[in-house]
Amino acid sequence: MKIVIDSDKCEGHNRCYSIAPELIEVDDFGYATAAGDGNVPAELEEKARLAVDNCPEFAVTIVED
Amino acid sequence: MTDLTSDESAAPSTDPVTDWASDYDIFDPDYVTDPFPVWDDLRAECPIAKTERWGGSWLPTTYEDVVAMARMVPELSSSDPIVVRPPDDGPSDHGDGGGSYHTVNAPPISSDPPVHTWSRRLILPYFSPKATAQHEPFTRQLCHDLIDAHIDSGTIDGAAEYAQQIPPRVIAHLLGVDPEKADDFTEWVRGVLEVGLSNPAVRTKYRIKIREFFMGEIADRKKNPGDDLISDLLSAEVEGEPISDLHIAGTCNLLLVAGIDTTWSSIGAALWHLADNPQDTRRLVDDPSMLPTANEEFLRAYAPVTMARVVQEDIEVQGCPMSAGDKILMNFPGANRDPEAFEDADQVIIDRQRNRHVAFGVGIHRCAGSNLARMEMEVAIGVFLERIPEFSLVDPSAVTWAGGQVRGPRQLPIRF
Repeated sequence: MKIVIDSDKCEGHNRCYSIAPELIEVDDFGYATAAGDGNVPAELEEKARLAVDNCPEFAVTIVED
Repeated sequence: MTDLTSDESAAPSTDPVTDWASDYDIFDPDYVTDPFPVWDDLRAECPIAKTERWGGSWLPTTYEDVVAMARMVPELSSSDPIVVRPPDDGPSDHGDGGGSYHTVNAPPISSDPPVHTWSRRLILPYFSPKATAQHEPFTRQLCHDLIDAHIDSGTIDGAAEYAQQIPPRVIAHLLGVDPEKADDFTEWVRGVLEVGLSNPAVRTKYRIKIREFFMGEIADRKKNPGDDLISDLLSAEVEGEPISDLHIAGTCNLLLVAGIDTTWSSIGAALWHLADNPQDTRRLVDDPSMLPTANEEFLRAYAPVTMARVVQEDIEVQGCPMSAGDKILMNFPGANRDPEAFEDADQVIIDRQRNRHVAFGVGIHRCAGSNLARMEMEVAIGVFLERIPEFSLVDPSAVTWAGGQVRGPRQLPIRF
């Protein structure tokens, strides 16, 4: 599983970062990107799904392997 | 604490509403206390309501419509985010700081692109998760001090004596101004946003007070720069040019007006819920790690803020013919209660896991201070529960609410 942030949609709500700080990085302006290569370890898959389901901008998606 | 006179702070008088779809009134006393049944009825019958009251506006009530309209840029402008305008107002200045003394000038909330884009980037770094975390120790100490003052009495007004005391002091801390000004801030913000919303003369008076205060602070920082937001804005440049004093004063005005009334309303509404729902209080006391999730649910269920947009050219939305100049109320609180968007939307479920609420808006005007507000809420509620793990309302009928465009409790007597 990979987590993907659409930077055109992200408005910096930081919901994903607060739910899954292991998977998300935010810049100085609060905009999010996937940490590292975006790969989601098995134990964090539920957090990744919650990050998707709590983004008010529909900017977070996951790509299943 | 406040020198708003009783005449000034009297609730606006409203004629009874018989048809909410065509004649709603955001100051109707029953609506202020309990707007949820009105939105439920409108969603089923007439999802975008209209009124001629208070200068006229449209009120969308579904999640889909509110979110879609919030993203309609540039068709809908943010040049005038308040519904009722003082009659002596000139044209809005679109946030470039060049407007007349009386116009709304609070960039970036009152700005459209391109001014919005740079003026927002200017302040966002002060409100990132890392930046706002720096204010957490101050906020925590402040909350403990407020509880200390009441812990032996067995009663506290959760709104006036707690929630309302926190954001003005955090904002003063952030702006680097005298913490003793916090009570003045409270009065000014109520003058602009609560009382002033339906009383143009009061609003103009307090806008001028705020503008003059910040112009004075700016003049002072030019002589004595410090490690604070105002000093930073004075040394900032956009495309090689310094930022005008009026723009900086406008942004400070925004931080004050948008950062105070809103957050205290959210803290107060959460305490009101907990005072009336001891099972939720018990769960949070037993497991404080639930607080961030519960906090999002309080934000969803009791979202305080409704900002306005202005239609730029005649358009039709969901069959409603909107004319240039019409106001639209961005009903984020109503969107958050839409059963099409949330399971059991009318229930407050403090461990709700999937919660795509829009309490802070969506799109380019997402609340710039949302991380600060969340931190203040989590600390304020967390400290309250830590110190006062069991509490209840003294009298549910004694609770009063302020409404209009920021809704929250103003008197919340609690016993413990």
